[in-house]
Amino acid sequence: MKFTWFNLMPWPYLPDDFREKHRSVWVDIPNTLYDPQKGHHVYHTYLDQLEYAESLGFDGIGCNEHHQNGYGLMPSPNLIAATLSRRTSRAALCVIGNSIAGYNPPIRVAEEFAMLDVISGGRLIAGFPVGTSMDTNFCYGQIPALTRDKYREAHELIMKAWASEEPFAFDGKYNQLRWVNCWPKPIQKPHPPIYIPGGGSIETWDFCLDHDYNYSYLSFFGYLRGKSLLDGYWERVAKRGKDESPYRAAFAQIICVADTDEEAERLYAEHCLYFFNRCLHIFPPFADPPGYRTMATVKYGALSQLTQARQKILENLTWKQLIEERFVIAGSPETVRQQLEECIKGLHIGHLFCLFHNGNMPDWKTRHSSKLFAEKVMPRLRDLWPDWKHDERWWMHPMDDRLRPEERRPGVEKAREEWPR
Amino acid sequence: MKWQSVETRKGTRCRVLEGGSGAPLVFFHSAGGLLRDNPFLEQLAQRHHVFAPEWPGYGDSTGEELLEDMLDFALHGWDLVDALGLRRPHLVGHSMGGMIAAEMACLAPRDLDKLVLVAPAGLWFDELPIPDIFALLPFQLAELLFHDPQKGQALLTGGADLSDIEALKDFYLASQRRLAMAGKILFPIPNRRLSKRLYRLAAKTLIVWGAADRLIVPAYAARWQALIPTARVQTIEDASHMLPYERPDAFVAAVQEFLAS
Repeated sequence: MKFTWFNLMPWPYLPDDFREKHRSVWVDIPNTLYDPQKGHHVYHTYLDQLEYAESLGFDGIGCNEHHQNGYGLMPSPNLIAATLSRRTSRAALCVIGNSIAGYNPPIRVAEEFAMLDVISGGRLIAGFPVGTSMDTNFCYGQIPALTRDKYREAHELIMKAWASEEPFAFDGKYNQLRWVNCWPKPIQKPHPPIYIPGGGSIETWDFCLDHDYNYSYLSFFGYLRGKSLLDGYWERVAKRGKDESPYRAAFAQIICVADTDEEAERLYAEHCLYFFNRCLHIFPPFADPPGYRTMATVKYGALSQLTQARQKILENLTWKQLIEERFVIAGSPETVRQQLEECIKGLHIGHLFCLFHNGNMPDWKTRHSSKLFAEKVMPRLRDLWPDWKHDERWWMHPMDDRLRPEERRPGVEKAREEWPR
Repeated sequence: MKWQSVETRKGTRCRVLEGGSGAPLVFFHSAGGLLRDNPFLEQLAQRHHVFAPEWPGYGDSTGEELLEDMLDFALHGWDLVDALGLRRPHLVGHSMGGMIAAEMACLAPRDLDKLVLVAPAGLWFDELPIPDIFALLPFQLAELLFHDPQKGQALLTGGADLSDIEALKDFYLASQRRLAMAGKILFPIPNRRLSKRLYRLAAKTLIVWGAADRLIVPAYAARWQALIPTARVQTIEDASHMLPYERPDAFVAAVQEFLAS
């Protein structure tokens, strides 16, 4: 198993009456609720936590892209990953990812991801989401019915830019570039591992399998509800004649560890409820504009995780419900181990995106929970897939002799260094 | 009125409601499509040969994947006119249909007779922002579109019983499909730079607006007139954006008077 410590970076100062006073945490949330001076501390707290996660032994540290919202403060995940690339040297940098349909031109993604891969010594995991409709359509103005076509073209351009050893012309429907010539290029060959975060679009399965990309199901509604979707995915894998390596799939899970189950509730309940009640409070039409999902997906009935029906679930949530429905896996190390084993085996996944910081959780609780997990849970879940122990197809392949810039400050002793040959 | 089906040279297949006799008149519907109860078409057909096509993505019409941008939409309008074998028809367009009809008239100014724009989309002024129809809860739509929202709600659902889960699902699917298509020229802002091309328009033009229009406010009528100096503006009281459905008698009288003049 590979464990990635993921921070969504929510705004922790949403007022108690946020739900009553405002219709949405996304798109049209009043930006007067944001305080840049507090923001300074918030960013550094979250970045410190990601660095701390590396020191605890997590395999990866993760960030993602969202716009105009109080749910996640990373309009540019590449900036976050860039700071991490200088302050860490062991963990994979999982940028899950850049919403490529919104970039004009998307060659920018090929360039920035290559920069990250080079600076980090080949530690980038590159995610290519379509992006939520809030982000891609309502904040970034892409036409819903054409978003997937634009995404497909952006993907083609980026992959070609990484693969090509000569300048080429790209005559796309949405991007016309006479000279495509990617500088720099990524360290990892033929390209960094690619993860496709999917909500519930069934077309995504075939896209992942066509290219042998990782399929990441990012839900906040736990493995009991995620199972039917992932079962559908694995059925598709079998039908396509692909092997069943669990590393083909990733799942996101909110996890809270304490000494006992009761202690977990006492420490973490209010913060998880903050997350579900405020950070997921989205005006339903923003989550599902006509054309964003294909008719096939709409007919399949796989509801986007943020549609109206999902919003209903969020009304009057209690801690008990969060636990029983497994939206949150919380409790003593043994409880958490047991439930996560069920989650991992049930979904047949090799990658777990672990969400330890939730809502307005203070730093010390986040670290406490992460540390207990790293020491008492993670080691006991490591070897759940012995048959696939050496399957590194969906993981980073960094340089052996990469630099460790976090271990030293450049000083006078470097003054006479020549370029390495 | 009766339904017929035509295939355009591009390969779309469209259902067309046809009736009456006289000079040909093509009616282009709004982003919500042709509502089931549309008495104004029957009334127009008393003096004209009326054709009301359903756009690809609407009802039984297919080929929506073939149309992606404003030029595709406008050319499709002319492809339909050709497929129906019409010469210099009057074009009447409502809301999104008005945007398409105006674009058609700019592309091929000598291929139509008269032009009627009914609360057309297609212009945008920052000081008069148009509500985002792609970010509405279902119950908000009727309030925006109709002077009498309660009556409007019944018109929008066309008598479907939405307490029945299957009916609701069908309604939702059809509505998603329609607006996905409309979004290609209306999202995120319903402005595809038509204003740059309106100087080409040569047809005699009538602009009709509901005095209580809450979606595209009546102040837009003057903006259209400023861009089409020869156009006449007529405002109809007690009607919002769906005025052909809300006040069919007054709407048809205005159109017929203009076409006869």
